[in-house]
Amino acid sequence: MGVTQAQQPGKARLLSEATRENISRIALNYDSAQSVVMPALYAAQEQLGYLPDQAIVEVAEILQLPPSEVGAVASFYTMYFRRPVGQHIISVCETLSCALRGAEGIMEHVRRKLNIKAGETTADGKFSLNSVECLGACDMAPVAMIDGEYYGNLTEEKVDEILMGLGL
Amino acid sequence: MENILFKHLDIADLEKLDVYVANGGYAALGKALKELAPAEVTGLVTRSGLRGRGGAGFSTGKKWSFIPKDVDTPKYLTCNADESEPGTFKDRELMVRNPHQLLEGIALCCYAIGAAKSFIYIRGEYAHQARVMEKAIEEAKEAGYLGRNIMGSDFSLKVVVHRGAGAYICGEETALLDSLEGKKGWPRFRPPFPAIAGLYAKPTVINNVETLCNVPHIISRGPEWFASIGTEKSTGTKVFSVSGHVNKPGNYELPMGVTARELLFEHAGGIWGGRRLKAFIPGGASVPMLTESDLDVRLDFESVMAAGSMLGSGGVIVMNEDACIVWATLNLSKFYNHESCGKCAPCREGTYFIVQILKALEDGHGLPGDVEKLRDVATNIDGRSFCALGDAAAQPVKSSIDRFHEEYEYHIAHRGCMVGRS
Ligand SMILES: Cc1cc2nc3c(=O)[nH]c(=O)nc-3n(C[C@H](O)[C@H](O)[C@H](O)COP(=O)(O)O)c2cc1C
Ligand code: SF4
Ligand code: FES
Repeated sequence: MGVTQAQQPGKARLLSEATRENISRIALNYDSAQSVVMPALYAAQEQLGYLPDQAIVEVAEILQLPPSEVGAVASFYTMYFRRPVGQHIISVCETLSCALRGAEGIMEHVRRKLNIKAGETTADGKFSLNSVECLGACDMAPVAMIDGEYYGNLTEEKVDEILMGLGL
Repeated sequence: MENILFKHLDIADLEKLDVYVANGGYAALGKALKELAPAEVTGLVTRSGLRGRGGAGFSTGKKWSFIPKDVDTPKYLTCNADESEPGTFKDRELMVRNPHQLLEGIALCCYAIGAAKSFIYIRGEYAHQARVMEKAIEEAKEAGYLGRNIMGSDFSLKVVVHRGAGAYICGEETALLDSLEGKKGWPRFRPPFPAIAGLYAKPTVINNVETLCNVPHIISRGPEWFASIGTEKSTGTKVFSVSGHVNKPGNYELPMGVTARELLFEHAGGIWGGRRLKAFIPGGASVPMLTESDLDVRLDFESVMAAGSMLGSGGVIVMNEDACIVWATLNLSKFYNHESCGKCAPCREGTYFIVQILKALEDGHGLPGDVEKLRDVATNIDGRSFCALGDAAAQPVKSSIDRFHEEYEYHIAHRGCMVGRS
């Protein structure tokens, strides 16, 4: 699937040339423009950190789809952020296998250290905390995903070390 | 027992293409392309008795044979690498430790069904695994095992990794297809079945990672060899993911039909903390719980069903006597409530009510009659929902009430927990 990217003069664009090129390249993998929505949203989010309305509109423009359809996809999936998030994203798994191995205590510990609740971002914009579901790594329960990397067999000490490494 | 899918435990660096090839990798594909007609590949897979490892246990060869032949339309294979069923983490290991085994399985399936393109739909959280698969695809392409005119034949294949973005329902095969088409992951009405109208309304096979990983071995070593492992109706090995209260959580590849006792005590190191086993869920979170008295149940499709549960994904979640069943059921019910896609009312509303009632019980505000109410709501979801997620949500609730009724009543009578949690 090839996509055209007509430059509209006089309009400030949020998505960089590199992101746009990336999306065009990804589009070649698919047999329909709509299929490119998810990878395109990832590409946009990688550049911007989250997906503001303008990013949705630009992705829609590139793929020649109604912005409402692209927005609906962005809102359906939890890994697309529609609002700004912290510089570091900490996602603690609280599903059963992790819970049986002490996930509640780990979550409580992180909450206290960051002084925020799950779903919140610290005032300095440095950390966001999420409660998430089974990460497919229950063999190393309790598990957290931090900036996309998995950390397993967590203890309070291990959490302290990781957070220190991130500048807390 | 010899490691088959888990040969990476015996051979270092098996994820590397040259090591994979040096150990017989891509020989099955070479053999199929040179010696076998596509229908013969499907025939061998059918004769092996291989059944889907994604949960439902449907005959893999039969599934492939439903794809229309001799029609001039694109066909697709979608590999289901969504692996979001709580307690399941086998596909993660299979992809990272032996990515070419999966790619060879994918190539064999595509050759058999006449597909020139395959997508690997991988859960968004598996970013590392997605990178591993992408790198393996590039390597295989360069070496001529994927891409144009594979191994000098006229068979060509493009494999694309597509990342999900955090939605359990996208593991359900029709929701997966909608997601792959760039829509919200909502299950589709069937018929038509994906074999007739799947991705882009074209004939499509959807197979789990582990299912496809079995295929090269079946082609190399023959269906009789494969069928000699396991039980009569559940052939081959199964990768069991064991987690929760065991001493050695992890993946164990064992013949179908191994007893739960052997899996938990001889392989997974026994029950954690020197405590007694209370309950185990044999097939990922979505199947009924079993108890200590079921330890001698054989883990194959038929035997687990006869014991009142299901083999499902083979993710075994273990709870010792310190675990509160009401708490555990609340934990899983929150999962289903959160992951309900909202398309149909029984599941959307029902999972919400279940969580409310269980929360009250857990917080010590349970009322007489709550257990009956819970069972009622669960019964009204089960079999009345649009897709199998609703049925799944009902299983932990119904089975825990059936087997641990006194723990529920204790919560109501004593406003607290029998095992001293709350
Ligand atoms: C709610 C729900 C979630 C599912 N999640 C997965 C999954 O993560 N991986 C998977 O392979 N199958 C999953 N399945 C099963 C698929 O719908 C489908 O049956 C399977 O991918 C077929 O492959 P197989 O025949 O190789 O097992 C799920 C089913 C349901 C209802
Ligand atoms: S049963 Fe649940 S997940 Fe399935 S369609 Fe209905 S609301 Fe969606
Ligand atoms: S329950 Fe936490 S990774 Fe599976």
